[in-house]
Amino acid sequence: MTADVGEAVTEAFREEWGRVVAALIGMTGDWDLAEECAQEAFASALKTWPRDGVPRRPGAWLTTAARNRALDRLRRSAAESAKLREVAALAPAGDPGRGDDSGIRDDRLRLMFTCCHPALPLEARVALTLRTLAGLTTAEIARAFLVPEPTMAKRLVRAKNKIRHAGIPYRVPPSHLLPERVGGVLAVLYLLFNEGYAASAGADLVRQGLCAEAIRLARALAGLMPDEPEALGLLALMLLHDSRRAARVDVAGDLVTLEDQDRSRWDRAEIDEGARALDAALRRSHPGPYQLQAAIAACHVTAPDAAATNWAEIALLYRQLGQLAPSPVIELNRAVAVAMAQGPLAGLELVAAIEDSGALSGYYLLPATRADLLRRLGRRTEAAASYRAARDLAATDAERRYLDRRLAETEAPT
Amino acid sequence: MKYLLLICSDENIELTPEEQAEIGPTMDAWLKDVDGRGVRLIGNQLRPVSDATTVRMRGGDVLVADGPFAETKEQIAGFDIIECADLDEAIDVASRHAVARFGSIEVRPFWTE
Repeated sequence: MTADVGEAVTEAFREEWGRVVAALIGMTGDWDLAEECAQEAFASALKTWPRDGVPRRPGAWLTTAARNRALDRLRRSAAESAKLREVAALAPAGDPGRGDDSGIRDDRLRLMFTCCHPALPLEARVALTLRTLAGLTTAEIARAFLVPEPTMAKRLVRAKNKIRHAGIPYRVPPSHLLPERVGGVLAVLYLLFNEGYAASAGADLVRQGLCAEAIRLARALAGLMPDEPEALGLLALMLLHDSRRAARVDVAGDLVTLEDQDRSRWDRAEIDEGARALDAALRRSHPGPYQLQAAIAACHVTAPDAAATNWAEIALLYRQLGQLAPSPVIELNRAVAVAMAQGPLAGLELVAAIEDSGALSGYYLLPATRADLLRRLGRRTEAAASYRAARDLAATDAERRYLDRRLAETEAPT
Repeated sequence: MKYLLLICSDENIELTPEEQAEIGPTMDAWLKDVDGRGVRLIGNQLRPVSDATTVRMRGGDVLVADGPFAETKEQIAGFDIIECADLDEAIDVASRHAVARFGSIEVRPFWTE
């Protein structure tokens, strides 16, 4: 087989797996059968594409091939005769390769809503999404979530059983349920992304690959729901964060603050796609939390250098975000932005208000932020005390090393 | 699909007069809807767990005990059997039950072969 054909199958797998599985579930209602037949279709592509060439519409070829497998299997099992008639009626016989996929509707959206149904436990929603929509193997998902493979296999089986036995529908929810359910799908995709993003410092490529899967799924979702600005907003947010991936950690594996990152290592293509997605979302004039977070990320990645960052705009966006989704963490971020725009004293006032509210006690970034602001005001003794308090609360070595460095700088004789 | 709704609440819960006053009209509206549409096949309120008896057969002996099968904060206070197209419809029916506002409704699909 030529490298080109192998590449084409790999590419088709990434792009088409979810569509093929979704179409097969739509036809047969059988999740396991759908996955097995999709797998066989890809295996058959590996065999026939080198000989016959890559079909013009690889997705249609694969869906037809998988559907024919499903028909074969159901034909062999007499007990399924009723289901067979159903499938045969739905699927006009087609020649794989020459088939036109205009008649094959895109079932991925239905599949997303079913995988992310709130009646499933969150961890199962995430696992099902990766298995059925992104085509990761059970072993890969288990590794990504640091659980033994049999545990992950059990989780997937249980979730599929519940879908069948509890009657979780395979459809896009009616409009009165849509806002809530779209939020649920977006939350699962963002969780996937964050799992991968948090793993950036580690060596585990499977975990890092979660970012790419999350972006691919968000792109598909935004394409399938063009009227949902938050889907575009989430896509923009992921792209804008992901653009900074290479610059986020140094060679020693330590986190590099945004201010100190080498901006030439940011991914321009991702920044451009993210900015376009954000513009398209904002044109719908219906802002939401993902769009606002993406707008904040855009302020950072479009500034030519740290000093040129538009902190007044960022402070304003955090205020809007806090009004839509009140949270003390957002308020703390606003305090940092206000300090950058108006000076450390203005930021300290907001930090003091969060401390007085009692929220975030135990969160190391609260004393760490206070320490940074005090240091900038030259109040070194108070700053050192706050760095120490932050250090006691920090959870990871990288965080502690960062705070130790700051503490040493603060305590160094002038 | 057939679902059993287990209507669960804390028998000792103290409701505000406003909450108390809402129960009757909410239940009337719920029953009118589910019975009117033929969604509910049967259902009833149950006497409190102080009137419950739990029966077990162990080693050939019938063991009879006073009270519910499990001591939990919330007890089963009633049940309904509903016929719905799918879980989303069952969730919608459950969410509009008066007890959903202060207790919980467990939605259980029937075992079908």
